[in-house]
Amino acid sequence: MPEIAVVDYGMGNLRSVAKALEHVAPGHNIIITSDADAIDNADRVVFPGQGAARDCMQELSDRKLSNVVLKAAREKPFLGICMGMQVLLSHSEENNGVNCLDLYPGEVRFFGANLKDDKGDKLKIPHMGWNGVHHKKSHPLWHDIVEGSRFYFVHSYYIDPEDQAIVEATTDYGFEFVSAIGRDNVFAVQFHPEKSAQDGLQLLKNFSKWNGQ
Amino acid sequence: MSLAKRIIPCLDVDNGRVVKGVQFVDIRDAGDPVEVARRYDKEGADEITFLDITASSDDRETIVHVVEQVAEQVFIPLTVGGGIRTVDDVRRMLNAGADKVAINTAAVFNPEFVKEASERVGSQCIVVAIDAKKVSAEGEPDRWEIFTHGGRKPTGLDAIDWARKMADYGAGEILLTSMDRDGTRIGFDLALTRAISEAVPVPVIASGGVGNLDHLADGVTEGKADAVLAASIFHFAEYTVQQAKEHMASRNIEVRL
Repeated sequence: MPEIAVVDYGMGNLRSVAKALEHVAPGHNIIITSDADAIDNADRVVFPGQGAARDCMQELSDRKLSNVVLKAAREKPFLGICMGMQVLLSHSEENNGVNCLDLYPGEVRFFGANLKDDKGDKLKIPHMGWNGVHHKKSHPLWHDIVEGSRFYFVHSYYIDPEDQAIVEATTDYGFEFVSAIGRDNVFAVQFHPEKSAQDGLQLLKNFSKWNGQ
Repeated sequence: MSLAKRIIPCLDVDNGRVVKGVQFVDIRDAGDPVEVARRYDKEGADEITFLDITASSDDRETIVHVVEQVAEQVFIPLTVGGGIRTVDDVRRMLNAGADKVAINTAAVFNPEFVKEASERVGSQCIVVAIDAKKVSAEGEPDRWEIFTHGGRKPTGLDAIDWARKMADYGAGEILLTSMDRDGTRIGFDLALTRAISEAVPVPVIASGGVGNLDHLADGVTEGKADAVLAASIFHFAEYTVQQAKEHMASRNIEVRL
């Protein structure tokens, strides 16, 4: 049975991700693991995460998982979620500055304390709730998901990648920020597909069938 | 398109059963929280909140199993509140499948707990529930105080100061209940909601007093709430979540339809 490894590095509740994958990919064995060999042997890798950037990088380092995560991101279908997307960039502003995995050159930035909507009303931080995700190009992971569909977000930082060619989707919150990126076998999203009802489940289902091309 | 205002049905759970009578025609067992949660999810609820009102701490384990079962079938954010006193309580709920945990009384008695919990699991998982009651006299400027024990015990804490402090301490969201309005069905305390929402940088969920769909919309337009929570109007199947959303949309509020 093909295997999907959900990388466990102590950052957040991985049960939801695993349960959602079990729900949409019954033909797959879903494992939650912090074992480098298990991640290396899996057919697909999901890299979730929530919490602070410094803690995430520290846990990845303590568990010696940085290299195996980067290797997976070069070799097989790979899905980053929330913090699991942010740490793929070079550096984050969070916690007074944290160096990240540097798979994609770019910075993770704070939304700012004075964010306003187009009517001039103050916007709350974290950006929490259901917001529209606008596809920038077609991708197998958007299969059967209507352009502009709402997904569930909860975050205070957003990614600012240098290479605009990797942008798969954007979302508006005071300004247009990058809410999904992809290159080759990697796809990564700022929102939580495992908490985004039918469209979120569809994205996970698409991932379970994606050959990484 | 911008961020949608959220509608959050709330279930009071006592010993693993939904109380306050839920009457859906097509649900066989209307007291089963899993069935009720599935129904709300199907109707388009943006999140679901469980409030554990189990009196005995011995029976608290029951809510953990409820959350586990719901989280296996319902893929929207789940919040659990009631009796959360330690970081271990927080972790147990998150591990069971909750996305957020609401801390109420324990925050009043030990504000440092909010700091500790948010540092350990992240602010995005920590909701501070505030029960406020108006204490200013007629003609005086509005003032609200924090009350505990279902609105019976005053604490002397000013509601606006307290909300600010909780956001400073790491609350990712404030669940604000007007104890004057709770159960009255005459609408939210809009002045309170607006005062708190404008005072804190984090999202505010309005609660207490909803009796019709206009009340929900008012909470957003006049109360400036980021989300609205209601129990009885959905429980008694007076309105579906879908109807609530359509009504809010008709009043030019952005919702997820």
